[in-house]
Amino acid sequence: MCLAIPMRITQMEGDDAVVEAGGIKKKVRLDLLDGVVEGDYILIHTGYAIEKLDKAEALETLELIKQVYRAGMTHDPESGSGS
Amino acid sequence: MDEKFFDSFHDPVIAGPLAERLSSLETSRPLTLMHVCGTHEHSLAKAGIRSMLPPGLRLVAGPGCPVCVCPASDISLAIQAARLPGVILTTFGDMFRVPSGDTTLELLKAEGADVRVVYSPLDALSIAMDEPEREVVFMAVGFETTIAPIAAAIRTVSVSNFSVITSLRVVPPALKFLLERSEGVLDGFILPGHVSIVLGREGYSFLEDAGIPGVIAGFEPVDMLHGILELVRMVEAGPPFETANLYKRVVTEEGNRKARELIDGVFEVSDSNWRGIGSIPGSGLRLRAEFSRFDAVEKMNLSPDPNAVDVMPGCICHKVILGEAESEDCPLFGTGCTPRMPVGPCMVSSEGTCRARYQYRQV
Ligand code: SF4
Repeated sequence: MCLAIPMRITQMEGDDAVVEAGGIKKKVRLDLLDGVVEGDYILIHTGYAIEKLDKAEALETLELIKQVYRAGMTHDPESGSGS
Repeated sequence: MDEKFFDSFHDPVIAGPLAERLSSLETSRPLTLMHVCGTHEHSLAKAGIRSMLPPGLRLVAGPGCPVCVCPASDISLAIQAARLPGVILTTFGDMFRVPSGDTTLELLKAEGADVRVVYSPLDALSIAMDEPEREVVFMAVGFETTIAPIAAAIRTVSVSNFSVITSLRVVPPALKFLLERSEGVLDGFILPGHVSIVLGREGYSFLEDAGIPGVIAGFEPVDMLHGILELVRMVEAGPPFETANLYKRVVTEEGNRKARELIDGVFEVSDSNWRGIGSIPGSGLRLRAEFSRFDAVEKMNLSPDPNAVDVMPGCICHKVILGEAESEDCPLFGTGCTPRMPVGPCMVSSEGTCRARYQYRQV
């Protein structure tokens, strides 16, 4: 029930937005967030965006894990298309 | 490409070394850690992380599944409402099969009641807009993460045929209760990632005051492994403890203030009953007076069934959600109680501990 899903905003109008992940499109509400823009990744829960995903923080966490646990990477996260 | 990037958190190449580190971990004394999130339990079971735990490290599942802790008396309200003529009862899918007395919402539906599963409170609202001559009741169950969307939806209601039965609970008072009850047995908490989105890291300052370490963790295997490893490191290093935020990609220091304001605007704090646990002071939320027109209990004069049984004979769900027993300790687990024929709520909900353990059990 609490399974929140990360999706990317492809369209927005006021507090209504269309989000997409893996080719699946959904209509969601943005009432719980300020300052989101198209292209942002957000977590969706029961039809509402509950938070924005922060790519820089994600990178930092991965970097930390990599250093502490010498964990490998299958791909370089920096090589993403960027947003 | 970007989507792939967030996938790194379930990349086995990254998770592998963490898993190795976990299974070879040596602790100076036996430790018991608790998580309080149904989604964490699901992830742990799915990734088989429990089987990687070294001897001496116990990871118990606390009362983190909102469906499992919803008392039978609350469900009895939904059942009463669903039996009234003209009512459409809506709720999340997980509530559909939770028993109350000798029935469930699913059975009622089979008997002809109009019970509909919705994914979002907005779906319930749009049914109310489409069918103005019917009363649409939404059985609202959840913790902070779900309460915020429910509050937002209630604020937008413009119809008079929509009301809610609330069975909403907040996590911090439950953590305090668990700490007191466990009398030093718990060494640390893995804090629920999505609830933490609303509360922020600051929302756990009471844990620091209580001198117990906690880590906020996400749900991918890398998140879970990282969380357990870091929590053990903190316990071993000793006090003072500062709650660690390992889920910074979505959880901030101050949390989602807008969500909290919406919740506070619509609901006020109340005491609340947790199935199998009893009343926890200040752990519930009820509609504020200015929103009482949406209170289905008042509107339809519903009264909870005083005889609704929370713990079915033989079920030890109440001990499982307190971390005092494992699902596998239950004699009914996998025999008299399965997801198809659940006895207790822990087997019904996809986030229930028994269900997760059953689904991903080693055969
Ligand atoms: S296996 Fe079924 S009966 Fe046993 S504790 Fe879990 S839910 Fe209850």
